[in-house]
Amino acid sequence: MSLPCARSLVALLLTGFSVHAAENPPGERRSGYDFMAPDTRAIQDDDTANPGMLWVLDGGVLWKRKEGNAGKSCADCHGDADNSMKGVAPRYPAFDKTLGRPVDLEQRINLERTRHQEAPPLVYESRDLLALTAFVARQSRGMAIAVGDDPELKPFIAKGQELFMLRQGQLNLACSNCHDDNWDKRLAGSAITQAHPTGYPLYRLEWQSVGSLQRRLRGCITGIRAQPYDYGAVELVELELFMMTRAQGMKMESPAVRP
Amino acid sequence: MAAALINVPARAKRGDIIEIKTLMSHIMETGYRRTAAGDLVTRDIVTSFTCRYNGKEIFHADLFPAIAANPFLSFFIVAQDSGKFEFEWIGDRGFSETASASITVE
Repeated sequence: MSLPCARSLVALLLTGFSVHAAENPPGERRSGYDFMAPDTRAIQDDDTANPGMLWVLDGGVLWKRKEGNAGKSCADCHGDADNSMKGVAPRYPAFDKTLGRPVDLEQRINLERTRHQEAPPLVYESRDLLALTAFVARQSRGMAIAVGDDPELKPFIAKGQELFMLRQGQLNLACSNCHDDNWDKRLAGSAITQAHPTGYPLYRLEWQSVGSLQRRLRGCITGIRAQPYDYGAVELVELELFMMTRAQGMKMESPAVRP
Repeated sequence: MAAALINVPARAKRGDIIEIKTLMSHIMETGYRRTAAGDLVTRDIVTSFTCRYNGKEIFHADLFPAIAANPFLSFFIVAQDSGKFEFEWIGDRGFSETASASITVE
């Protein structure tokens, strides 16, 4: 090997190494927002341009609507959501003592419906459930994610982490293969993010709708050609729980906008 | 539950160029998609949008199937008089929504 050639190889190795080391220091976490184009960020930043706010508006109406045999609305017990729901979404998924397992925000809303309003649960990804969830989550925008400190959740977080690291599907990929190991790269033109669920439920331009974290997870699982877990499955909640724990301290953006 | 989000500045100086932003909740079903059974999903889109400023039409848009769900339209006008903006969306299946906003021009 000639000297110039060897030099360039050394330079390549050095730059390659330094770029990697600079872009992936442990503990540096970035929201999906940081990976977006300025135009998409502008949609999220302006509440009158963010289509997610349409769901929030609907949720505000549903919050006051009386439902079920009990004839109660959310507001009848919880009052003004500005105060009562502030700081709630950053704590979910949370442990439900009756069920003995964690429930996410959608499941909590449905539990409140069945237990207190005596109304049938809302269907996953239905407009009403997404609207109520978006409305509740909106009250915590800018607050730090606070999931992960409850000792009762420990085994479920560990299970979620296991699922996050589990290679599956025809492509034999785990969540971590992309979102831990390759988040600074692109996949078919799209940025691979670090998978911090800071803005759910969020408006995805691809969906042309608001969707839940479970919908996003199912999309990813289908992408690796594995059989997705059903909506409401314990596995999905455990994954949500682990991911929210992993994002502890990051700021809530709900309803976020993503490409 | 159709809903519109409107952003009009509450105040402006006469002669100022102001931006008006509107967002309408709508699925904008193209009419080109098929169900799993192969049947066409009927088109359901907003076909027209109109903005009136103190009764006079100042902006009109025709919308087509290629426009994304929840159409967002923004446009600029010169603030002339205090008064009211009226917005109207008309679409398939008898869709019709209105909204309004006031402005004070000094």
